[in-house]
Amino acid sequence: MHPALSVIFFTVTSGAGFGFLAMIGLGVPLPESGIGAFVACLIAGGLAVAGLISSTFHLGHPERAWRAFSQWRSSWLSREGVLAVFTLLVFALYAFGWVFYGVRSSALGILLFLGSVATVFATAMIYAQLKTVPSWNNTLTPVCYLLFALASGVLLAGSFGFWKEVGSISIALVALVAVGAAWVCKLLWWNSVANDTLAARGSSPDTATGLGFIGKVRLLEKPHSGENYLTKEMVHQVGRKHANKLRMISLFLGAIIPLALCLIVLVTSAPNHLLALAFVSLLAGLFVERWLFFAEAKHAVSLYY
Amino acid sequence: MGVHDRDLNKSPHVSDEVRKTTCYMCACRCGINVHIRKGEDGQPKVRYIEGNRDHPVNKGVLCAKGSAGIMQHYSPARLNKPLLRVGERGKGEFKEIEWEEALQLATKWLEKPRQEDPRKLAFFTGRDQSQSMTGWWAQQYGTPNFAAHGGFCSVNMAAGGIYTFGGAFWEFGSPDWSNTELFMIFGVAEDHDSNPIKLGLAEVKRRGKKIIGVNPVRTGYNAVADEWVGITPGMDGLFILALIHELLKMGKVDLDYLLRYTNAAYLVIDNPGGADHGLFARDKAGDILVMDRKTGKAAKHSKKGVKPALQGECKYARGKVARPVFQLLAEKYMSDDFSPENVTERTGVPVSQIKRIAQDLAEAAFEKEIVIDQPWVDMKGEKHDKMIGRPVSFHAMRGISAHSNGFQTCRALHLLQILLGSIDCPGGFRFKPPYPRPVPAQPKPHGFAVAGKPLAGPPLGMPRGPEDLLLEEDGVTPQRIDRAYSWDAPLSAHGMMHMVISNAHAGDPYHVDVLFMYMANMSWNSSMNSRGVMQMLEDKDENGDYVIPKIIYSDAYNSEMVAYADLVLPDTTYLERHDCISLLDRPICEPDVMADSIRWPVVDPATQAEGRDVRGFQSVLIELGARLGLPGMTNEDGTAKFKDYADYMANHERKPGVGPLAGFRGKDGKSHGRGEPNPNQIDAYIENGGFFEAHVPENAKYFKHANQHWQDWAVEMGLQDGPVENVFNLYHEALAKFQLCADGKMEPVAPETHKERIKTCFDPLPTWYPPFEGEGIDEADYPYHALTQRPAAMYHSWGSQNAWLRQIHGANPLYVPGAICEAVGLEDGDWAEISSHHGAIKVPVKRMDAVNVNTMWTWNAIGKRSGAWNLDPDAPEAKKGFLLNHLIHELLPPKSDGMRWSNSDPVTGQAAWFDLRVNIKKASDQTGPTAPQFPAQKKTKVAPVNIEYGKEWN
Amino acid sequence: MTSLPTETTGKKLGLVIDLDTCVGCHACVVNCKEWNTGGYGAPLSDLDAYGADPVGSWLNRIHTFEVTPEDAPAQIVHFPKSCLHCDDAPCVTVCPTGASYKRGEDGIVLVDEDMCIGCGLCAWACPYGAREMDPVENVMKKCTLCVDRIYNDNLPEEDRVPACVRTCPAEARHFGDLGDPNSDVSKLVAERGGMDLMPEQGTKPVNKYLPPRPKTAAAVEPKETKTKKLDSKGFLGWLDKTLEKL
Repeated sequence: MHPALSVIFFTVTSGAGFGFLAMIGLGVPLPESGIGAFVACLIAGGLAVAGLISSTFHLGHPERAWRAFSQWRSSWLSREGVLAVFTLLVFALYAFGWVFYGVRSSALGILLFLGSVATVFATAMIYAQLKTVPSWNNTLTPVCYLLFALASGVLLAGSFGFWKEVGSISIALVALVAVGAAWVCKLLWWNSVANDTLAARGSSPDTATGLGFIGKVRLLEKPHSGENYLTKEMVHQVGRKHANKLRMISLFLGAIIPLALCLIVLVTSAPNHLLALAFVSLLAGLFVERWLFFAEAKHAVSLYY
Repeated sequence: MGVHDRDLNKSPHVSDEVRKTTCYMCACRCGINVHIRKGEDGQPKVRYIEGNRDHPVNKGVLCAKGSAGIMQHYSPARLNKPLLRVGERGKGEFKEIEWEEALQLATKWLEKPRQEDPRKLAFFTGRDQSQSMTGWWAQQYGTPNFAAHGGFCSVNMAAGGIYTFGGAFWEFGSPDWSNTELFMIFGVAEDHDSNPIKLGLAEVKRRGKKIIGVNPVRTGYNAVADEWVGITPGMDGLFILALIHELLKMGKVDLDYLLRYTNAAYLVIDNPGGADHGLFARDKAGDILVMDRKTGKAAKHSKKGVKPALQGECKYARGKVARPVFQLLAEKYMSDDFSPENVTERTGVPVSQIKRIAQDLAEAAFEKEIVIDQPWVDMKGEKHDKMIGRPVSFHAMRGISAHSNGFQTCRALHLLQILLGSIDCPGGFRFKPPYPRPVPAQPKPHGFAVAGKPLAGPPLGMPRGPEDLLLEEDGVTPQRIDRAYSWDAPLSAHGMMHMVISNAHAGDPYHVDVLFMYMANMSWNSSMNSRGVMQMLEDKDENGDYVIPKIIYSDAYNSEMVAYADLVLPDTTYLERHDCISLLDRPICEPDVMADSIRWPVVDPATQAEGRDVRGFQSVLIELGARLGLPGMTNEDGTAKFKDYADYMANHERKPGVGPLAGFRGKDGKSHGRGEPNPNQIDAYIENGGFFEAHVPENAKYFKHANQHWQDWAVEMGLQDGPVENVFNLYHEALAKFQLCADGKMEPVAPETHKERIKTCFDPLPTWYPPFEGEGIDEADYPYHALTQRPAAMYHSWGSQNAWLRQIHGANPLYVPGAICEAVGLEDGDWAEISSHHGAIKVPVKRMDAVNVNTMWTWNAIGKRSGAWNLDPDAPEAKKGFLLNHLIHELLPPKSDGMRWSNSDPVTGQAAWFDLRVNIKKASDQTGPTAPQFPAQKKTKVAPVNIEYGKEWN
Repeated sequence: MTSLPTETTGKKLGLVIDLDTCVGCHACVVNCKEWNTGGYGAPLSDLDAYGADPVGSWLNRIHTFEVTPEDAPAQIVHFPKSCLHCDDAPCVTVCPTGASYKRGEDGIVLVDEDMCIGCGLCAWACPYGAREMDPVENVMKKCTLCVDRIYNDNLPEEDRVPACVRTCPAEARHFGDLGDPNSDVSKLVAERGGMDLMPEQGTKPVNKYLPPRPKTAAAVEPKETKTKKLDSKGFLGWLDKTLEKL
């Protein structure tokens, strides 16, 4: 699939934003009110909103985006829109109380948490529902999205320095576990999708054309000598070497560095603020991870090209 | 959710008016319905083009080209104003001038050669569909130097057919789709008669009958064929003669048919070294003799009741011996030279396949005989109560003809048809009116130009023998600039347009003053050796003048050739013009239907673009004719006889009562075929859907070569003036005469240089000899064959710049057989260097396995010169597309004596495109673009970036 | 509402494409473009139409496949492809706006372009590549089965078929009701073993493809015949005998 920048940015940043919102909703310790709370809200809301705005750049007619709220009964994309707006509205109320009155309503908080998780899940389901892309059509896809969102949220929340521990467990350890769990999930996903190809699902040029009963099917001529929407959008080729290199980069930026930073915070007296750096690195790693999520995905249409 | 859920206008307005005319996106000439709808600017605009269901050619269907007509008509490459060259030739630098200035200049340029030496005008008209008019113009002007593009297209097919049986495929005949039991198609054939063949294939498929494709490349029609013969290029003749070998060995030939309709029984004089060797034995009155089977004595072939022998030896006069054609034929083809075992290696066709196909042919012809209960009377007056058919049919076109052995190969194919008894019978090949028209009913070629006078007859025709060659008094020097009808190519019935520029450049046989061309892309894909031709057009003499002094060119678009013109006359698009697809020319009839058609301006050019000021070429030609005072185009008082081409179409008479259009003649428009001119004839055509048709009577539908009813009807309809005897020439006596000329036994004697070649290639019985290019090179240097074919979506179209079609075919790879890819180390997308004896090109490659193992191929005429057709200089056509033409020379590799022959068939002069031999290696530089590249041609206009056609109607 | 229709008439309009006769001429492709660029919805635009990288939207395209049997030379199959108007159309249910829908009355899958936000998700959901975003108008384009022709009172009745079907010179395209087992198209499918593309995707396409008929391989030996091969002597005998009868 074509790795569109707008969609990569959307899934990564809105994931981080809603992950942070989920933490806020859980009521984890953060600045109590005023500027500190405002900054936290700004970052959380900003990331979520920026992601959503970015997603509209992917639309042919962004001015009609409002129409996307109508089909929540059947469409994951619609659900994502509805949930995101609902969650942001809840957050607006929540933030108002928090920033101006120092009140963090736990009822709203629970709604905010559930809304955020549901939004990220819906985002993931936009891809995970597609049978046409076996690698996305995987139960681990939403798990990865959720774990990356939560890990992003934990790092962000922790980096303010207020949230020091969960129970008796240091927040750095929590973050370490969250980031680690997300990447373990991602590794499992990579492992799972490596074998879950179109071929494994029984699709091949043979079934795509129905001509397999004659012999080996191979494209001789594309329908048009140049590119078309389908080849540009859905028939993206990434070299295996190139992909492996990018995986290493994403792991290095998204896993090794954040985990190392968490470890530093955990074992030294380095301030929790260092987790912000871990977040930035995770985000950078996730951009690469997400680029690969799209670029490596093989769409059934590629069987025709 | 309900059944009726949304508001949807299911009956939107389609168009304001439907205008019916004739397509010109290729040479098929289908009927089209042009839907016209008012555009944003209030002017009529083309909304949609579809096939005309009533039309005899396409019966409602329309191909990709026809459907892309909108983009052709509104192409930004259209020329809008006459242009006068201001820069050097080749650059495309012009200034716009008014028509009056353009016409004055053209008249001035044309006047001088006419008064001094009319041969100094070379008038060649490319993809002309109005040759009866342009040829007539040339005749009135007085130059023999006229032809269209047949010489580099398919003249072997036309001449091979007409010389053999008075017909040919495509325009002159077609398979009997609805009755045939077996259909066999040879070579690249997608590119002529495209819709009728597709309709026919569909019919054969629907009826569940077998289709066999013979083609090195298994695309297009060969892809749907039930059996594929992946033959090696140039070997078709050998394969066909092997089929004949097998049929003879099985005794599966139709002797009754041969006796009735062919010269199988004619006696051929056996007198080696004599002046009559190989000629038919005749009595004193000149009647051809046969041998009476009973008496063994010679008898007039026309004698009633004579039962001629097909074998034996006849002492027909004192000391004179002759043998029947059939005897010679059987001896020749039953010899081991043509056994499947001996041809399999060269042809690349397995022995099993040759034998099996011969069986299939025999079975279909003789065991699936078709009988139609339709009484008819033959020309000898014999009554037949049935029409009996041998339902085997064939088609071939450019594939087998574009070889230096193409004429004989085409003859061989027709011989096969005739031996099976399948010419113009139910289920076989069928003539299309006005055919059959054997050589005696065709015009002869005319030369002998005289200053200020018209030629005695049309420049092009069919020579009867050596006596009709157009030679100077020395008996050697050609009269024509293209050397047609000379020893180089005696039967070059369509001229040799591909030789004009190189001959004029070399001054051999002479230099010309004006080169006048129409719709002929000679500086690009219509020439062999395109780069060389470009150079010849640019070359100057020691005085700094161009070697070819003046070039007038008419085209509707900014093609590659426009850049080389001194004066450009902008033609209309096909929707803005008058045209007639005339029975005098290249007809559009179907076997059951005599038909002709018109084009008319369904939109007025002035409304079709800002400042658009164009004129149909034929109208311009008529005006130039009047300005030059040419006979037939000028009244006695010196005024113009015709206002324009439309006026000519309705009012010109070629002979009394017969004009360009056959329908709605007579003052009242009620006569057909013959009749006085009708001033309202064009309106009558428009009223009738743009065409006229008359149905062939039931009893005249088959055996037209010998059918009394057909003869009567043809005379009544003005197709011929009297009965025409049509004897199928298994053995062609004219060819024997040329052999005698080569032997020095007959006048004019062939020059020493040509003797050997004529003796070999002018076999009076169809034969096969190796293609010339392969003989001139070392096979180890160029072990492979390379071919081109035009894609169905672009065949014969002037439409390379078409915004829709260029998305389908905007670049062309070279398709290379898998085994060669592996041997040379090539993969899809690699760049390769292809070389021939003439040059090298660099191209992208694509692996393909459904192809003859020694043959690589590409789509033809996709490659464009950078900037031409007003495309972006970096267009894929220029950077990823290429022409194979750069590898093909118009001359063959030098012989040991230094003599360089034209790369053409020695009989007809047909350009031998498909003889090309190449080698391939991986290019050292694995990046584009293709090579060669040329400096960008200047655009005449900037094209729009995006198109949203039809937006105003949504 | 982008759910699939719950009430239907049972009518399933669609195409049957004959891979045995398609010669790959692109007639259907271009006629479709020509009809539809001035018809239903936005035009089918062409980006950089005369430039170095022309890209337009098309509703029907022909691919060319090379198929290599184990024991015979490779063959070519021309393969036209447009929307298959699936019974279980995933492109409909993913649409967030309700622009994409399947008609209950005849099963045609359409896009209401005024409602389309151009998100492209429906194209992603389609395994067949049947939907293309218009590069200039930025709405999703797809085959409408010429819904503006097949019911159009302004056209003669015989022309009320999809443009691709009307124009196809090789009779490789057939239009009709595949929901009716007695329709011509259904019979054709039954007779010729019409097939679904990628049945494993579970989309239940309405359009069917008729497979190419078997080919005769070059290596197939001629059958033993009763006809005796003639040598030159036998040939003369045969000639005499045959001529006797004439």
